[in-house]
Amino acid sequence: MGGLLKQSLRGWILVLVVALCISALANVGLNPYQQQILFYIAINIMLATSLNLVNGFCGQFSLGHAGFMAIGAYASALVSLNFQPLGAGFDVLIFPFYALIGGICAGLAGFVVGMPSLRLRGDYLAIVTLGFGEIIRVVLLNLDVAGGARGLYGIPGRTDFMACFHAFFWAGTTVLLLWRLVHSSYGRAFLSVREDEIAASCMGINSTRTKVMAFVISSFFAGAAGSIFAHTTNSLNPSSFQFVKSVDVVIMVVLGGMGSLTGSVIGAILVTILPEALRPLQEYTHVDLRMVIYSLTLILLMIMRPSGLLGSREWNQILPGPWRRRAARA
Amino acid sequence: MSRLNQIMVGASVACMAIAFSFGCTKNSETPAPPAAADNVIKIGQFGSMTGDEATFGQSTDKGVRLAIDARNAAGGIKGKKIVLLTEDDQGKPEEASAVVKKLITQDKVIALLGEVASTRSLAAAPIAQQFKVPMVSPSSTNPKVTQVGDYIFRVCFIDPVQGPIVARFAHDTLKVMKVAILKDLKSDYSLGLSEFFVKKFTELGGKIVAEQTFQAGDSDFKGQLTRIRASAPDAIFIPAYYTEVGLIARQARQLGLKAVLIGGDGWDSPKLFEIGQESVNGSYFSNHYSSESPAPATQDFIKKYKEKFNETPDGLAAAGFDAAQILLNAIASAPELTSAAVRERLAATKDFDGATGKITINADRNADKDIFIVKVDGKALKFVTLLKPTN
Amino acid sequence: MEELIQHVINGLNLGAIYALIALGYTMVYGVLQLINFAHSEVYMVGAFAAYYGALRFHLTDNPGWGAFGLTLLIAMVICSALGLCIERFAYRPLRGAPKTNTLITAIGVSLFLQFAGQVVFGADPKLFPEVLRDETLFSFGEIRIQLFDVTILAVALVAMLLLNYFINKTKTGMAIRAVSFSFRSATLMGINVNSIIMVTFIVGSSLAGIGAVLVGLKYPKIQPLMGTLIGLKAFVAAVLGGIGNLPGAIVGGLLMGLCEEMVVAYLSSTYRDALAFGLLIFILLFKPSGIMGQTRVEKV
Repeated sequence: MGGLLKQSLRGWILVLVVALCISALANVGLNPYQQQILFYIAINIMLATSLNLVNGFCGQFSLGHAGFMAIGAYASALVSLNFQPLGAGFDVLIFPFYALIGGICAGLAGFVVGMPSLRLRGDYLAIVTLGFGEIIRVVLLNLDVAGGARGLYGIPGRTDFMACFHAFFWAGTTVLLLWRLVHSSYGRAFLSVREDEIAASCMGINSTRTKVMAFVISSFFAGAAGSIFAHTTNSLNPSSFQFVKSVDVVIMVVLGGMGSLTGSVIGAILVTILPEALRPLQEYTHVDLRMVIYSLTLILLMIMRPSGLLGSREWNQILPGPWRRRAARA
Repeated sequence: MSRLNQIMVGASVACMAIAFSFGCTKNSETPAPPAAADNVIKIGQFGSMTGDEATFGQSTDKGVRLAIDARNAAGGIKGKKIVLLTEDDQGKPEEASAVVKKLITQDKVIALLGEVASTRSLAAAPIAQQFKVPMVSPSSTNPKVTQVGDYIFRVCFIDPVQGPIVARFAHDTLKVMKVAILKDLKSDYSLGLSEFFVKKFTELGGKIVAEQTFQAGDSDFKGQLTRIRASAPDAIFIPAYYTEVGLIARQARQLGLKAVLIGGDGWDSPKLFEIGQESVNGSYFSNHYSSESPAPATQDFIKKYKEKFNETPDGLAAAGFDAAQILLNAIASAPELTSAAVRERLAATKDFDGATGKITINADRNADKDIFIVKVDGKALKFVTLLKPTN
Repeated sequence: MEELIQHVINGLNLGAIYALIALGYTMVYGVLQLINFAHSEVYMVGAFAAYYGALRFHLTDNPGWGAFGLTLLIAMVICSALGLCIERFAYRPLRGAPKTNTLITAIGVSLFLQFAGQVVFGADPKLFPEVLRDETLFSFGEIRIQLFDVTILAVALVAMLLLNYFINKTKTGMAIRAVSFSFRSATLMGINVNSIIMVTFIVGSSLAGIGAVLVGLKYPKIQPLMGTLIGLKAFVAAVLGGIGNLPGAIVGGLLMGLCEEMVVAYLSSTYRDALAFGLLIFILLFKPSGIMGQTRVEKV
């Protein structure tokens, strides 16, 4: 029991320290525009790793991730716009709760969407999840209480040190929890469903239940990411959650390697930084080549290296020699 | 617990303590320092250079550049050259806020020009206000834009004024009693303008016989128009942007609707007739300016614009020109080159003789000016009347 | 009553467009079991090909059936060429790979064409050339039927009949059916699978080209993102009617058009897009094989 506690504690400590270091560095060294990019990195890490759970580990192709992000964003924004129990100085403490609320709402939506859809196979599931993602967006577009086509403005939230810490704390937590999940017996269940669903049910794994579980957990983190997004950009519009956003996340997952959490983190960072790094090119040529490069990358990736950058290996499997032995003990 | 774990726990507790102390004492971001570094003055412009309303951004840009190039040719402001940094928001509100943030925090502009569409102005304004950088919109008419804060200005009329004027024109001049509305759900401009029109029109005794909606980007309006046809209106009020209006007009005529079409300043574009062809002939809309206005400032602007760009300017270009001029005047007359000083001078603009008419910035940071009504006649827009806003 | 009839006419017109594009989707899916996301972009390129072609050859100077025919030809040729390229360079390398990979590639190609289109053609909408003049063919009281609408419906029906004949009564059609059943067995029977797939893509893309010209004439505004929504709805229509089933594509398309028109007229225009997805989810959950499809049992 004590050993278990030690082990689990180490992960949390790592998350805290990393979040702190990044926030401190950001606060000192970067301007607000670059800090905003850092926030997007945190959000995208959450999105990519959670989608990887469904697409990569469980083998179910979901194209509706943006919809769950939207639900989380809007749910938490509506709460934070209408209930502010603590005063201005202490509102940092309430942000984790907004994210939790966003996540829970999205998780519930994941359940509602997942239960009927996960009976379908491959391309049909993809289309249905795409459809659900779009329906969520159109419903939000029509809901007056959610601001309709104009969206929500003036959502409380800051982009300073504490907010950055909060965002990266969530990102770290997502990665940590998903890592733990994937390396547990549940994780093995996901993998078995991915490999051969019928054989898995023969082995006693309730494949529908497993798939739905992956879906719900994935949507929860997508919702939390949406909440952080809402409170960072302080305004929400349904047009930010179109199909292209889901494809963005898919690109992150595929680039990093479906089945590798480390890969998703790397993919998320690369895909967030790339368009901003290419912005000078856009200014110079007056032409938006970013999405062209994105999509071309996706095509070439699938043709030439479908396993992505890391395949299904994690960080402790790509380190050289002596480091690997140390890491294997982790 | 082992030694290592004890140390780690201790370290993390210390980290959290530092984090909290940091977080609780830190308050909101400090405003960006003013941007009159070196010997240039940087002005930022953001607009929809591409996308469905591309002509809005492009025309405004031409008007703005005309003003800035002329000022630079005359020696700049206080000996410094004016540099215009333009960003394309592609017609999307989230891009608008992203590029405005970049212009303010990365490029450190002293003031901003933009946007034409109210939805995008509303996305960008909170950021400009937060960083205390003055933003001058050439033609956003939704009242909420300037309500965001005291750093947001506009050099045009607002919809609470425009709507009633069009309603009055429809009722008194066109003598229509039954009007159907077809508005764009995605646009703050469309919804706001329609609301103010309906209020005044019903006040004057007119009747709204149908109210249908569409979304920007739609290309098929037959369903809505068929319902409108069934209500037999004398006129259809379409407070939307030119791209959809052109298509709507066509389909309305195809369905046999003979009602006269009325609109607002969102119709102003050379592409309106290109898309709508004969279906838009004989329609009326309210506008910031008319190329047939005899005012010397207007004709002078038209002459200079034709010389440079070889075409007749539309209302957006004229508004862009005026916005840029007013901003340049404010910068020139400011005691120091800071955003705050520029803001003060902007608020004090009085009786500026612009291409779109005489402009005074009132206490709400909106412009007090008269509204033109024009009629579509082929590629030209014929001047019909100039109306003074009344209450 | 008149209003309702006009709505039905409008709905059928809308549906005819979906039907025409759905035919392309259904053909490719029938043979390759692949949802060709790029089909909607091929359609878009067809519209622009017609635009530039008409400009280049001054086809708007003499509008009429001749100019119309020429525009159609240009669009069909360009679309077929594009379809072949996509098949050769994006789909063929992934012939043996898991379906997911091909799906992702299809999405990638679709996005690539959209954004490359924005770069090459410019993101602002253009006006489709008027190579044929629209007329009111028939007006009874308040009900109006336009020439273009009749043309689209006629073309969709004729295309479906021709395709049906082609698939069921010709040798190549038989080869296509064989390939859709099993690649391996077809090869063993001496069928050049690659050629057959090429033929499928040519036919499918040409249909997209025809659809593009017809839609361009009806709704003259064209822009690089015009294919996305209409393509998605056409795909839903194909699934609705039974994917892989040619008459199903027509039925699905017309049904979708009608439902959409009724939703716009009697509910609210904002739900028109959600309707498509709602229908999709409904049919996939209750009868995945579609209205006219047959359920296939999945063996272990």
